[in-house]
Order: sequence, then C-alpha cells, then structure tokens
Amino acid sequence: MKHLIDIADLSVAEIDQLIATADDIIAAPEKYADKCRRKKLATLFFEPSTRTRLSFEAAMMELGGNVLGFSEANSSSAAKGESVADTIQTVCCYADIIAMRHPKEGAPYVAIQRASAPIINAGDGGHNHPTQTLTDLLTIHREMGRLENLTIGMCGDLKFGRTVHSLLIAMSRYTGIKFVLISPEELRIPEYLKEEVLLKKDVPYEETTDLESVMPELDILYMTRVQRERFFNEADYIRLKDSYILTPEKLSLAKPSMRVLHPLPRVNEISVAVDNDPRAAYFRQALNGKYIRMALILSLLGL
Amino acid sequence: MIIGTITDGIVIDHIPAGRAMELYGYLQLDKLDCEVALIKNASSEKYGRKDIIKINQLIDLDLDVLGYIDPHITVDIIQEGKRVEKKHPALPEELVNVIRCKNPRCITTIEQELPQIFKLTDRERRVYRCVYCETKESR
Repeated sequence: MKHLIDIADLSVAEIDQLIATADDIIAAPEKYADKCRRKKLATLFFEPSTRTRLSFEAAMMELGGNVLGFSEANSSSAAKGESVADTIQTVCCYADIIAMRHPKEGAPYVAIQRASAPIINAGDGGHNHPTQTLTDLLTIHREMGRLENLTIGMCGDLKFGRTVHSLLIAMSRYTGIKFVLISPEELRIPEYLKEEVLLKKDVPYEETTDLESVMPELDILYMTRVQRERFFNEADYIRLKDSYILTPEKLSLAKPSMRVLHPLPRVNEISVAVDNDPRAAYFRQALNGKYIRMALILSLLGL
Repeated sequence: MIIGTITDGIVIDHIPAGRAMELYGYLQLDKLDCEVALIKNASSEKYGRKDIIKINQLIDLDLDVLGYIDPHITVDIIQEGKRVEKKHPALPEELVNVIRCKNPRCITTIEQELPQIFKLTDRERRVYRCVYCETKESR
C-alpha cells in the first residue's frame, strides 16, 4: 500500500489491520508518541474543512511528527494557476506524506502519478473520502465489537451522500450484513450501487420512507442531512424534512445496543436532545477519526 | 451506387448503420488529402444495414477507436487492388484521448495537458469510466 485514494484500494485484511492498530493506539497512546519524530505531514486543502484537516494534523502531532500546509486554495500557488501535478511534485520535496482535499473529482489520481511520497485522499469533490469511511468502520467496530452480522440503517440523502455510498461498498464486503435504506423517494440510493454492489454480492436490503417503523431492527443508524437544494419542489421538502430528524421519541423505539453515527457537520437532522443518549456515537466517531488517521499515517510510512 | 475500386488503401466495414460520420470524426479523416468514401445504410446479410468507409491511401488506423465504436467492425487492408489483410479490432481496455469526460467536476476540466483516459470496467455492457473521477462515459 503506497497511497490511499479510494476505500476499495484497501483489502478487508488491510482494513482489519488499520483498525487493530487504531485500537492499540487508543489503549496505549504513549507507545506511539515518538513514532513519527522528524517526519512531516503536508495537509494540502484546496477547499476548506474543519474535522478532516484538524484530525489529520492532530494525528501527526500525537505521533510526534510535524505538520505544514495550507487550508484553502487562495493561500497556495493554486490561486496563481499552478496545476495539481506541479504542486504535488514540489510539496514532495518538503514532506514525507501528504493529505490532500480538492474540490475536483479525480485530483488525487493526478497527484499519485507525480508523487514520491504517499498521498492520502482527504476528499475529492463528491467522489471519494476514504478516511471518513475508515472512521466509520473503526467506530462501528469499537461500538459493536464486530463488523459482521449487523443491520445497518442509512437515513437521509442516500442519492448524493458520498459517505453513505463508500460505507455501503465497504460494509458489503463483510458477512451477515443487511442494509435498511431510509430516504424520501427523491433521494433513494442510486441504481448503480444496487446493481453493482448489493445485487451482485447478494447483500440483503430493504428500502423504506419510514424511519420509525424500521428503528427497532437496526444495530447501526447512519444519519445524513436532507438538504433543501436537493428538492425540485419546496412543498416536498417541507413535507419531508421533519420525517428524517432524529428525536428522543424516535430513538426510544431503538434497541439499547443500537448506535447512531453521523459524519458531521450536523445541521438539524439530529436533535441536540439526543446527544446525551449513550447510543449517540457521533462525537466518539469524530474522535476515532484521529486514531484511524494515526494508524493510516503509520501504515503508509511503513512505521 | 458505384464507388471506385481502391488500389492501395483501407476499407472499414461492418460499421453499425448511422455511425460512420462519428467514426470519421474520431479518426480525423477530414485531415486526409486522399479520396475518402463514406457509404451509409449499405445492405448487409449479417446486420441488415451497415456503414462503410473507404480510404484510398494506406494510413495508420487507431484500432482502439474502431473497437470502441463497435468490436464487430472489420478493417481490410488493400494493396495493388487485392485484400492482403483483414483486421478485427477488439474492445480496448483503455482509451487515451479518444473521448472526453463530461463531468464538470472532473479534474480533467482544469488540469493542464492532462490526457483523457477511460478504462473498460464492464466488458459485457461495454462500460468505460474516466480513470480520474470514475464517471461513466455517455455517448
């Protein structure tokens, strides 16, 4: 493994190894405090991000390494019209590993053609965001103790949500997985994912518009935001928007062992009143994002 | 309809009916100075109707383009009035600078001098995807 562009680049064994390393870091962080001493991570963020950039930087710092980079394209040579390929080739002179986010889809693929240091895709437009998926997998594993034999509910915008698509692809490689896909008709999961992933791999799934009716059977509820701009018709948006807001009343229908995940940022799709419920795992998920990125940095640097 | 016989040249045969003009464009035949005949809707025993292109000169043909348009296309190489070779283009694994990615969010829309590369991802359904953003090509 040299770069991480797409979650599909990783085998199940490699993902399991990253999760095991992250678990070990959580158990004994002092063991890893100097692992990346004198190493530098460049965070090249051609578009802004809070969680992803800060979690990468915190990950490198906790490994004893240093961080350099930029947090928006305007403060880099991209503003002068420099190509991705040239930026990457230059940054490879200064850094040992690179995490990059770019608004254009496929930018990391361009980067790896010219990179002499490992590249981590920290999000390329609506295309891939593999470290979010690794974060989700680590969280499910830590909360449930397994990645097999789970009923996973995905709720909200299943049509455009890249985190949902990647998680569905990643989880469908494990045994005993069932998906419950909860969304308005307008925002159902794309056909190609049903054909190329669920049907091809014979993964059971059901589609519904009603969150409450399926709540009791879920082990995981992965929430996403239903955005106003996805609807053609304002009336439909107003009719549907509250159906997919998670409230304590709806959560009371769920199993005690069920866990709620959300890639964040949240707007209003999970009531703040849910935050103190032990089943709300989304802030623990944000913390896990740092640990899995530490594991990934170590792995890509061969440490 | 009578089209003159070729002495030294190429006959691209079994082109799906109606697609010869598209192929003419992909192969940049407009840049040739020699005689080029484009025959539309010729009768075909096998396919009912087909298109044919005759080029009165031996040129280097991009067989990948032909395979991409349709792998049933055949290419006859004519020398001194006789067919000396019959080529059967295969469905290419990769297409470089043949088609363009139409995804406005793809990196190919802004990155300087980036080749347009598509890979065959589903042979059965002849699906090509952009190697950068994985968008399916749309003809």
